[in-house]
Amino acid sequence: MALPQGAMVPASRPARAAWQRVRGAAGAVRWYVTTLMGDRAYDVYVAHQRAHHPDAEVPTERQFWRDRMTEQDRNPGARCC
Amino acid sequence: MTAVSPRGEGADGALVQDPSLPPVAVSEAEHERESRWTLPKILLWAAIALLGAVAWTMLAIVRGETVNAIWFVFAAVCTYLIGYRFYAKVIEKYILRPDDRRATPAEVLEDGKDFVPTDRRVLYGHHFAAIAGAGPLVGPVLAAQMGFLPGTIWIIVGVVLAGAVQDYTVLFFSMRRGGRSIGQMARDVLGKFGGTAAIIASLLIMVIIIAILALVVVNALGESPWGVFSVGMTLPIAIFMGVYLRYLRPGRVTEVSLIGFVLLIAAIIGGGAVAGTEWGQALFTLDRTTIAWALIVYGFIAAVLPVWLLLAPRDYLSTFMKVGVIVMLAGAIVLVRPEISVPAFTEFAETGMGPVFSGTLFPFLFVTIACGALSGFHALISSGTTPKLIEKERQTRFIGYGGMLMESFVAIMALVAAISIDQGIYFAMNAPAALTGGTVENAAAFVNSLGLTGVHVTPEMLSSTAAAVGEESIVSRTGGAPTLALGLAHIMHQLIGGPAIMGFWYHFAIMFEALFILTAVDAGTRVARFMLQDSLGAWMPRFRDVSWRPGVWICTAIMVAGWGYILILGVTDPLGGINTFFPLFGIANQLLAGIALAVVFAIVAKRGRSYVRWLWIIAVPLAFTAVITISASLLKIFSPVPGIGYWANNAKYRAAQAAGDGSLGSPEVVGAVIRNTAVQGTLSIIFVVLTVIVMAIAVAVGIRAIRTGAVDDAGEDAAVASRRFAPAGLIPTRAERELESRWQEHGPAPVGRKRSGH
Repeated sequence: MALPQGAMVPASRPARAAWQRVRGAAGAVRWYVTTLMGDRAYDVYVAHQRAHHPDAEVPTERQFWRDRMTEQDRNPGARCC
Repeated sequence: MTAVSPRGEGADGALVQDPSLPPVAVSEAEHERESRWTLPKILLWAAIALLGAVAWTMLAIVRGETVNAIWFVFAAVCTYLIGYRFYAKVIEKYILRPDDRRATPAEVLEDGKDFVPTDRRVLYGHHFAAIAGAGPLVGPVLAAQMGFLPGTIWIIVGVVLAGAVQDYTVLFFSMRRGGRSIGQMARDVLGKFGGTAAIIASLLIMVIIIAILALVVVNALGESPWGVFSVGMTLPIAIFMGVYLRYLRPGRVTEVSLIGFVLLIAAIIGGGAVAGTEWGQALFTLDRTTIAWALIVYGFIAAVLPVWLLLAPRDYLSTFMKVGVIVMLAGAIVLVRPEISVPAFTEFAETGMGPVFSGTLFPFLFVTIACGALSGFHALISSGTTPKLIEKERQTRFIGYGGMLMESFVAIMALVAAISIDQGIYFAMNAPAALTGGTVENAAAFVNSLGLTGVHVTPEMLSSTAAAVGEESIVSRTGGAPTLALGLAHIMHQLIGGPAIMGFWYHFAIMFEALFILTAVDAGTRVARFMLQDSLGAWMPRFRDVSWRPGVWICTAIMVAGWGYILILGVTDPLGGINTFFPLFGIANQLLAGIALAVVFAIVAKRGRSYVRWLWIIAVPLAFTAVITISASLLKIFSPVPGIGYWANNAKYRAAQAAGDGSLGSPEVVGAVIRNTAVQGTLSIIFVVLTVIVMAIAVAVGIRAIRTGAVDDAGEDAAVASRRFAPAGLIPTRAERELESRWQEHGPAPVGRKRSGH
């Protein structure tokens, strides 16, 4: 938080706490939505590769998504009615 | 698979946890302590039970002029909570017996792509988006012709005792088998013959389900330039999104979905403007047969195009819309609290002569409302992707059972939206054109002649309602989607925008449903093609090669021809289409549920003696589905009433054709009815025969296992000790929070087994 030095007057404490909460909630929503939609899939994959196969080459994000789509082309999954 | 038994606490050495790690599961003693009743807990559950009881009383017993929609919400939510807290716990404790010391496939086979231990809350959203589609939005609307109570009871009670049980158990057993599909499990458990019958049944069922969903879209878009334009625009929008993700910014899924959403809203607003112009009218007013052919051509092209171009981006869009709209609608119902004037029961429940679909409450209510109460299709979804992403075994209750409860809630909201509109308008919209004649005058006269108390509709009401939502006509807009859209517009405009934007909300809802259905059509065609390629590959191995384009094209064309033929029959059906074909959809879906439950039945029976005592939990919904689907099929095949029995109707029209009697319509009409009823009747026979085979084999396998007492884990994977921890439910318990913080301090388990040597 980029508050100027000395701005910690007692009266602003609840406001700061509230702001922190809003930021926390917004961060949580952002985390939830991006994880649900799949934005983090590449990061997850990279983290996995680094941890489990440190010597293997990590594909670029572009390549990762291309491979993923090819995979889906080969193994279609049903959507529900 | 090796015969490592998961039963018998710690009987095998595989589940001894690494002593250098914090506990990977909450201890038995701690579970015991947490399940003890304390005063606040007793008070809380008493209050939930009481509120639920009051809500049910308001719906079922107090018969005022109207009933407030909020009682539907309370009755549903309180019953779900009780089902989740008590019944699902019984299933967990006695039938499934998950063990958090055991690693899930996501942990054992973790590859960062298909097998990824996923946060339970994210996976819940994922799973819900995968199971919820247009089904729960359509069935309850049609069933509203019997009054609100039969549908409400079946949706809420059915999900607790049947639908959620199926989803939960299939998810769990698939997880124990590395995410194997229900078809593969059927083959493992029932042997080759039973398994093959199950696979053929699922293939046929898939075809019929795609055809009927497509019919719903066609009915919603016929003669609607606004709808055709805005739904048509989803194609360029999806393609734009696909190109954006592939070439411009790979991986920015939320970003592109937001852009797509904004474009979608613009397409809806633009559709209103375009439909208002003369050229727009001329260009986009299409009759239903033209739209059906367009959909067939689309279905073929979409299923052979690469996934990234059309299917994947539209999937993102529909996930986004699904979660968003459902939250919005729930909020709106709670805030607006519409008064419902539809009676609890109408005479059609008893006479079976309703105009929307024919048949008495038993068994036809239970096949008309399939999704939302019990949906066999979920067995295909619950076995497959989701089980590969589960972090801990105990989370299956939250994901499987809890996910299905949410779908049931969607069905309740669809029902509330549909019954919030005037009952006269409801019947004018949902009766087939054969009865309403398609004009406002005839439709009003027909509806008023039904003799329902409190129902009176004027031609002006019908034309002004159509004008309010920007449609040419709302008479005989069958299929459920337009009714739901009108109901949603009716509720939403009271909250945002007023009457001026009812047209926007109406087309927003149509778009919302069309989006799901087009995705289901496209993905379903791909899956069906894949299954066909696999089967043909047994004789001609080349078909198994999915990169061999001619094979892909031939198999796609065969599958599209299959559902396209039924779609065209439905669109041109002189008797209406939805009313004659929808029962097939419901029966097909419930038969799939019967197959899935039969497989679960056999698996549980084989688990051992202590499980058999609780087998009724599976046997009851299995028996119920068997009874409703088989009796509905038999009625459809053998009933002498032409309105109900396909063959009776076939005979009636054949007699008319032979006698040269013109009273049933022109020779073309008579010929069409004879052909359609023959197709419907034949499909009914095939479905019921296949399903009886599968169920009989499953029950025989189960009974043999009970008799011999042979314990067999029926292809379960070997147990591997888990090396991670996560809470089971949405809100962590105290013990779970303690473990979580210990893991936080410790950090994730080091890679590689038992590295630390002390």
